[in-house]
Amino acid sequence: MADRVLMTGNDALGEGAIRAGCDAYFGYPITPQNELTAYMAVNMLRLGRVFIQAESELAAINMVFGAAAAGKRAMTSSSSPGISLKQEGISFIAAAELPAVIVNVQRGGPGLGNIAPAQGDYFQATRGGGHGDYRTIVLAPDSAQEMHDLTFDAFALADRYRSPVIILSDGRLGQMMEPIVLHKGPPPPVPPKPWALTGAKGRPANMIRSLIMEDGALEKHNIHLQAKFKRILKEVVRYEERETADADVLLVAYGTSARIAKGAVIQARSQGIKAGLLRPLTLWPYPHARLRALAPRLKGIVVIEMSAGQMLEDVQLAVGGSVPIAFVGRMGGGVPEERAVLAAIRRFAKPARRRSRP
Amino acid sequence: MSDAPRKAGSRTIRSLYRRPAALKDTPTHYCPGCGHGTVHKLLAEVLDTLGIRERTIGIAPVGCAVRAYYYLNCDISEAAHGRAPAVACAIKRCLPDRIVFSYQGDGDLAAIGMGETIHAANRGENITVVFVNNTVYGMTGGQMAPTTLTGQRTSTTPGGRDAVSTGGPLHICELLNTLDGPWHIERVALDGPAGVRRTRKALTTAFQAQIDGKGYSLIEVLSPCPVHMHLPPVDAMRFVKEQMVASFPVKIFRQEGKRLA
Repeated sequence: MADRVLMTGNDALGEGAIRAGCDAYFGYPITPQNELTAYMAVNMLRLGRVFIQAESELAAINMVFGAAAAGKRAMTSSSSPGISLKQEGISFIAAAELPAVIVNVQRGGPGLGNIAPAQGDYFQATRGGGHGDYRTIVLAPDSAQEMHDLTFDAFALADRYRSPVIILSDGRLGQMMEPIVLHKGPPPPVPPKPWALTGAKGRPANMIRSLIMEDGALEKHNIHLQAKFKRILKEVVRYEERETADADVLLVAYGTSARIAKGAVIQARSQGIKAGLLRPLTLWPYPHARLRALAPRLKGIVVIEMSAGQMLEDVQLAVGGSVPIAFVGRMGGGVPEERAVLAAIRRFAKPARRRSRP
Repeated sequence: MSDAPRKAGSRTIRSLYRRPAALKDTPTHYCPGCGHGTVHKLLAEVLDTLGIRERTIGIAPVGCAVRAYYYLNCDISEAAHGRAPAVACAIKRCLPDRIVFSYQGDGDLAAIGMGETIHAANRGENITVVFVNNTVYGMTGGQMAPTTLTGQRTSTTPGGRDAVSTGGPLHICELLNTLDGPWHIERVALDGPAGVRRTRKALTTAFQAQIDGKGYSLIEVLSPCPVHMHLPPVDAMRFVKEQMVASFPVKIFRQEGKRLA
């Protein structure tokens, strides 16, 4: 038990970043992720690493750009409206192929919305978010432990693919305290970065750019980026499955919604309904193929989200109308209730009747 | 090129002037009479003179100088419009023994990037900002910049800049001089040979301050843009000397952390 510590998801993520070798963190206040920035202010400086409270989300993401360009592991965090502000920078980071980690502790939207947990930024996170043809790897934790653990994966993936990686969390996961086991191992190895800006000593000058005006060169660059995205689609998909082997009804949910779904699977099973769960850990790339493989023997799918139904479209894409889909969603900070999920499940499968004696 | 004396017939020819190592041998894309080429060359000379080319990292703006890497032979990154100081600060904090400068125009630095400009200066970040003020957005076609003079015609102030609806020219050196963070703030003008020499000296001071770990410096260079000033190159230089300097006094505002003006 000594290895377990009680931490909020935000703190757990901060500690994960530190243990994963984050060299530089740049933040700007916004609720519900402020604990993370405060954690980094204490601990990055204690370790002699770089911490700046930036003057805006724009400055913070461009500081990430700079630190990544200098070959360092860099991270920023924010919540929904702040992540919108960072989109230009994320597009630049993707274009310049810099490794970076961006944490979105989602809150209710649109606009200033509220500070309650939500999952309304799914489209923004998984479809690129900023301008131009690019995607970002999106990781979706559903516990304080995973906010800690997935940070390691985020830095490793960012370095491996020279790409921005988004950790898509929400205010509930960020603020909830849970016991977690801290990572003991070394940080993921840092690959050589011969492209980094470190001063042109004994080598030709390096440049990092996204303005590519030479005839045909930008199309070539885009083709190169798309080839990388195809590799990511093949190599990075991750998901968790629960009781899917004999499931008649499959629940699909990520993050906080997946925790509700886990409870609903247990309840449904106790009522004799064969329910299972597919929980994507990567939202892009999305486990379309796994869903497609599970679809033929399902009576129905229930998608649960704290949004109007954004991930729902990926599920629809995956099964292509072959299985009926029910959606349980709440917006504006509402969290779906287990009984609403159970009601949706019962649309596809009835509880086993207790036999009454004649 | 070698510095060694070469025999040519009976006379000895010695190279007295040559391209700085920090300047690439590239045809320019800048318009005739543009000040950027001069500032690039001075910058390259200063990097050479101070022996810092191989540990210098530059940040190019969005604007005419976005392709500074075509000319300057040191590590260079682009930045999103106005964000060069944020990129520069992060690089300097991550690599404190490198020399980091941003090179920005008036639209980039004083309009869209004003937030980053003020806060980098206020934090006294140990970076050097080269601010080329030519009173217009050059690359996009000569629109009004924050530094456009009152009455000056641009594509978005066809009747001349009207202070009532568009404000007056923004004075960056004066504004930053109200902060405690900066170490050196100076305005110079490319208005003739003396101005060029003074610009070189100012840049040297600024980079030396960074080498010595003193903190933030900004050199504002008043610079001609003949195309968008709608003037032949010589008249554009005269415009700098007479019109611009009248609104933007050429002087040292902050020296060794002390306010002089």
